Amino acid sequence: MADKIPRQKMPQQDAKNRIRNFNEVPLGYDEKTAMVEAARCLQCKRPACVDGCPVNVNIPGFIKALKEGRPLEAFFTIKQTNSLPAVCGRVCPQEDQCEKLCVLAKKGDAVAIGNLERYVADYEREKEHFVAQKSDSHTNKKVAIIGSGPAGLTAAGDLARIGYDVTIFEALHKAGGVLVYGIPEFRLPKDIVQYEIDALKAAGVTIGLSRVIGTAETVNDLLSTGFDAVFVATGAGLPLFLDIPGENLQGVYSANEYLTRSNLMKAYKFPEYDTPIVKGQKVAVFGGGNVAMDSARTALRLGSKEVYIVYRRSRTEMPARVEEVERAEEEGVIFTLLTNPVQFIGDEKGRVKAVECLKMELGEPDASGRRSPIPVKGSEFTIAIDVAIIAIGNGPNPLIPKTTPGMNITKRGNIIADPETMKTSKIGVFAGGDIVTGAATVIQAMGAGRKAAKAIDEYLSTGAW
Amino acid sequence: MYTIVTNEKISDNVGKAIVEAPYIAKHRKAGQFVIVIVDEVGERIPLTIADADSATGTITLYYQIVGTSTHKLSLKKKGEELFNVAGPLGHPTDIQCYGTCVCVGGGIGIAAVYPIAVAMKDAGNYLISIIGARNKNLLILENELKAKSDEMIVTTDDGSHGVKGFVTDELKTILDGGKVDIVVAVGPVPMMKAVSDMTKQYGVKTLVSLNSIMVDGTGMCGGCRVTVDGKKQFTCVDGPEFDAHLVDFDELMKRLNTYKEQEKESFEKHKCKLEQYYGR
Repeated sequence: MADKIPRQKMPQQDAKNRIRNFNEVPLGYDEKTAMVEAARCLQCKRPACVDGCPVNVNIPGFIKALKEGRPLEAFFTIKQTNSLPAVCGRVCPQEDQCEKLCVLAKKGDAVAIGNLERYVADYEREKEHFVAQKSDSHTNKKVAIIGSGPAGLTAAGDLARIGYDVTIFEALHKAGGVLVYGIPEFRLPKDIVQYEIDALKAAGVTIGLSRVIGTAETVNDLLSTGFDAVFVATGAGLPLFLDIPGENLQGVYSANEYLTRSNLMKAYKFPEYDTPIVKGQKVAVFGGGNVAMDSARTALRLGSKEVYIVYRRSRTEMPARVEEVERAEEEGVIFTLLTNPVQFIGDEKGRVKAVECLKMELGEPDASGRRSPIPVKGSEFTIAIDVAIIAIGNGPNPLIPKTTPGMNITKRGNIIADPETMKTSKIGVFAGGDIVTGAATVIQAMGAGRKAAKAIDEYLSTGAW
Repeated sequence: MYTIVTNEKISDNVGKAIVEAPYIAKHRKAGQFVIVIVDEVGERIPLTIADADSATGTITLYYQIVGTSTHKLSLKKKGEELFNVAGPLGHPTDIQCYGTCVCVGGGIGIAAVYPIAVAMKDAGNYLISIIGARNKNLLILENELKAKSDEMIVTTDDGSHGVKGFVTDELKTILDGGKVDIVVAVGPVPMMKAVSDMTKQYGVKTLVSLNSIMVDGTGMCGGCRVTVDGKKQFTCVDGPEFDAHLVDFDELMKRLNTYKEQEKESFEKHKCKLEQYYGR
C-alpha cells in the first residue's frame, strides 16, 4: 500500500518573499512528514538506489532506522560512506542518481531520498550535536590534501578516521571551497558547511588557511618535508569566457567572480561588508547550468529588476537541475532560450549597456549528445543590460599542474588520474574532483575523495604503487 | 598570526606596515604579492611585497590610503592583527643578468619596483633607478633605492624634490644616451603606458606589473583578466608581470574604474562610523 501515499512535498519560502532575502528556500521536513515519506520506501532486497549513489549510501538502511524511530542511527548509517549528508541532502541531483533508480519511480514518484537525507542530517546537527572524536587508531603517516572543497573534505574525513595525520591546505581564508564561495546561502547555508568543517577539525584534521600550493611551496616540497602522500583536490579553476567582443567591459563578470563576491565576501551586505559588487537593474546570465541559476537568483536577491538566462539551446538541453530551473522561474527569472550572445556593447565610460544576440535553432546532436545550436541568419537583436554574468564553466587551475613535474595532464590542463584509485602519474600523488574531471557535481567530487582516501590508505599501508 | 610590528604613515597618504608573516617571508621572491584582509568584514586587497626578512619572519607592505580598506589598514596599531594575509602570489620576476636595467617606479608603484630593482642589481645588472611622484610627500624608498642603484634619478611633477617633470622625460634621456637592455616599470596605468609607448620606439624589452581588480588572487575568479597580445590573461596566475608592449592599458584603466561609486559610498560610511566612534 506504500505506493498509495504520495511523495511528500517539502515546504519552501514563497517566491515573492524569498527574492528579498538570502535565507534558504526549501524549509525541510518536519518529523511527521519525514516519517510519512520514510514509510514509502519498499526496503527492496536488491536496492537499485544504492547503485545510483556515487558514494553508495546504504539508503534502505538509513530510511529503515528513521522509520523505526532511530534518527541518530540513520545519521550514522549515512555517515559510514557520506561525510557530508547535510550538504548532499541539499545539493545532490538525486533525480539523476538514487531517486532515478528507485523502484517507485517506475510507476510514480520516487522516494524523496534527498529530502530524507537532509532531515536526518539536520536532526543530528540541530538536536543531537554529536561531537566527532579523534580516531583511536594511529598510523604515523602524514597526508597532505590540497583544497578544502567536497573532494578534499571527504578524503580528509575518511583518512582521519583510519588514523592518518591529515593537513588540508586551503588557498582562501575560509574552508569549504565551492561550498562557501560558489553555492549561495539560499541553497546551502554556510553554517552547515562550517559545522562539517568543525567536525573534521574535532576529528583531528589540521586546516591551513591561505596556503596556496604552487606559488611558493610545491607538491614536491610537501613530499620532501614529511608528507607521505598528497591528494590534489583544487577544483574548478579559471572561468571560461565567451570570447566575444566587449567581454572586458565594466559590469561583465564570470559567475565565479560574481558568486565569490556575494557568497564568500558577503558583497550582498555591502557597505556593511567592504567588498563591492555591481548591482545591475537588468542582468543577463549566460549559460544553462546550476551555476547560471545560482547567479540569476543571486542577482534577483541583490535587487535587480530584470534577470535573464540566455542559453543557446532549448530547455530540454539545460544541464541545470529541473528543481533549480523551476525555482528560478518561480522567482521571475526570464528565460531567453535558443539565443547566443554575439557581442557586448559599452557606453563611453566602458560600462556594459547591452548585449547583441542571435536566435538559434537546433540541429543534429553533437559530441555531448545534445542537439547543437545553429544561428538563424538575420535574427540579431539586443537586450539592454548593465550587468552580464558568464556561467559557461571553468578550466583547470594552473598552479599545481604547472609546478608538478612528472604529473601528466590533459591538453586542457586537467590532471590525469586513474578513475578508480585517483593515482596520478607521479608516485605518492593522487588527484580527484573538478581538477581531474572538469566541472561536475559536489557528490561526484566526494566520490573521488572517497576513492582517493581508500587508495591512499592502501598505498601507505602496503608501500606498493 | 599576522601581527603588526610597525605601521606608520610615511607621507600624507602612504603607509608602511611591517607584518609578521613567517611563511610568506620565507618563500617570497621579487615581483610577488600578497592579498590582505584587514578585518572580518574586509575585502581582499592585493599588495606587493616590498621587502621581507626571513630571519624575523616579517614582510614590508606599502599602501596608498585611497579608500576604506587602506584607511582601515592605516589605523592598525603595533601589536594588533590583520585578519588575513595570503601569499606569496603571482609569478616571481624573471631575474637575470640582462646588462643595463632601468627600473621605473611611480607613486606607490615604487614599492613594487623596489624588490625587483634589488634583485636585478644582485643578479649583476647595471641598475638605473628612476622614481617619480606628484610631489615630494608621495615619494617613498628613495634612500633604499639609492643605496642599491648605480644611477638614480628622482622626479616630481611640481618640482618640490629632484627634477621637475615626469619619469618618462628622464627615461628618454637615458634611452638616447646609451644601451639599455631591459626596463621594468610599475606605477599608475597612465605612467606604465607612457613608458611602454616610449620603450617600444627604442625596441627595448619592458616589463610592467599590473594591479588589476582581483578577488581570490589564485586563479579562480577571473576578475583580474587583462588583454595581452590580443588574448585574455589573468594577472594573478599569468602575471602580475607582462610584456608592456603587448598590454591593452586603455582597457585596464577602464576596468579599474568599475567600483568607483561603490568605493565612494563605502568610504563615506566608513568615515561616518569613525566619527561616531572617535567623535569629531
